[in-house]
Amino acid sequence: MDLRLELKNVSKNFGEVQALKNVNFQLGQNEVVGLLGDNGAGKSTMIKIITGYYQPTSGELYFNGELVENLTVPKARELGVETVYQERALAELQTLWRNIFLGRELVNQWGFMDIKRMRSETHRLMTQSMGFTSGAVTPDSKVGSFSGGEKQGVAITRALFFDAEMIILDEPTMGLSLKETEKLLRFVSDIKKAGKSAIFIDHNIYHVYSVSDRVVVIDRGQVAGEFLTKDISLNDLMEKMIHVAESGVLE
Amino acid sequence: MSSETNLKTSEDENLYQHKFSFSKFIRRNGTQLGIFGVFIGLWLFFIIMAPETFLKTQIYNAFMSTIPFFAMMAMPLTLIVIAGEMDLSFPSIMAMGMITFMFTYDALGNVWLAFLAALLTGIFIGWLNGIIVVKFGIPSLVATIGTQFFWRGAVLVLGQGKSGTLVYTKDSILHPLLVGKIWGEFPVQMIWLLVVAVLTWILLNRHKFGAHIYLIGDNIKSAELMGINTGRTRILVFVLVGLVSAFSGVVASLHVTYFWPSLGDGYLLRTLASVFLGGTSVYGGVGTLLGTFFGAFIIGAIEAATVAIGLTGFWTQLIYGLIIVLSVIMHTYLRKRME
Repeated sequence: MDLRLELKNVSKNFGEVQALKNVNFQLGQNEVVGLLGDNGAGKSTMIKIITGYYQPTSGELYFNGELVENLTVPKARELGVETVYQERALAELQTLWRNIFLGRELVNQWGFMDIKRMRSETHRLMTQSMGFTSGAVTPDSKVGSFSGGEKQGVAITRALFFDAEMIILDEPTMGLSLKETEKLLRFVSDIKKAGKSAIFIDHNIYHVYSVSDRVVVIDRGQVAGEFLTKDISLNDLMEKMIHVAESGVLE
Repeated sequence: MSSETNLKTSEDENLYQHKFSFSKFIRRNGTQLGIFGVFIGLWLFFIIMAPETFLKTQIYNAFMSTIPFFAMMAMPLTLIVIAGEMDLSFPSIMAMGMITFMFTYDALGNVWLAFLAALLTGIFIGWLNGIIVVKFGIPSLVATIGTQFFWRGAVLVLGQGKSGTLVYTKDSILHPLLVGKIWGEFPVQMIWLLVVAVLTWILLNRHKFGAHIYLIGDNIKSAELMGINTGRTRILVFVLVGLVSAFSGVVASLHVTYFWPSLGDGYLLRTLASVFLGGTSVYGGVGTLLGTFFGAFIIGAIEAATVAIGLTGFWTQLIYGLIIVLSVIMHTYLRKRME
């Protein structure tokens, strides 16, 4: 079976700065890959290339075995990529339903919105997957009034709603309480159970280790190494990470 | 859109009914109701202070005759401000549209082609504003101060600073169509204002284009991450301002059947004041056209009322300026409280 996603020799330069250097990366069908690395290691740059936000300076992207050129955000979405961004990518002054359908409003052929349907879908999602059961929150509530966990719930629900085959979570536990984090990790396991693939990025090595099939370590814009979590203990992984941070190499 | 295809539908489930609740209605439409309250309050105040003026129909006919010139432009300008941008060049676009109107008429002798040329000029200048802001990344406030002076300069250079009569337009049906009077009293430009207002409202509230305007003004980074073409959307809003400004320039000039090279100068302050009085936030992401509509009529009435009440016309500028400053302060305060 083809890989869900493959990056071949991908590099990205921002002017003089080389953010990614010849990165090779694979994501299998129904696989959860954890991405580890220090701040500025290039994780977010890599994610933004996969989601079509940045164009790579050089290198190739393959989705389901097919070469894809000039990837854009809408194109990546058509290929089944959904992203829960670090900054959550919400519009806080806008209503919940506008955020759920941000950038792909349900429209007719002339571009006019089906607001009634978007409201009712949002209401269904609120009770089914966001956990808003009290009457205080409606599809017309402003997202800015929600807690950190609730906002994360909106971002995740939005990613799930459009039936993605591959979900990218960029630092999703940031700013969450313990309970909310637990819920989030369970959600990542659910993605796996549903037969989908995921890329999970987090600073917290415990979180990454507990939900991932494979861990890829990124350092200074390069892949420093990768491990199957079943082959390595958490302690060994941590030691290797410390070693990478000091020397830039794994062994 | 392909989003329609891979959507999990819930046709079989009970559709969510958007229930009406009075307290929620008040909370959600607070700003608009506030403007409406101010509108009614000021009106009563004017009637009490100057009953001989405000209890007669002439003043209202006068309002409906002159307020549309800037109220029309306040509509797309509201969209610009919601998108987190600014356009100060619209008064010069009015004049530039009229210069092309007159040149085209001189060359071809056809008012319809002249009218079309004016509108195209507006579209072009608006597009150029958008390109400067989006492609070169220049803050729109600064960019459009620049283009405001540039196009005003172009008007003076091209027309050699001269004014000109437009009496010839009276022979064409264009004149009654834009600025005629229905039943000899009701000014047609008021209908044009309603047309512009309704079309802009539909665009902002019922079309995805409008949804994107709100999202861009709220958080442009999020909008980009979620795949919205923020550049194209913003350029189109600038184009809309250009188009309506040129249209308004023609309407205002035909109303007096005369072109002044300073056309539009007096409209900068009152158009902006209408938008801000209407509750649109200078920080973007928040604003309504209904608010702007009432805002424009309050602004228009203030001018007439200050004179009718016995104050000098000098007071109006002071009041407009105060409205803009207070609006900005209010939105800054509301923003801080939200964080």
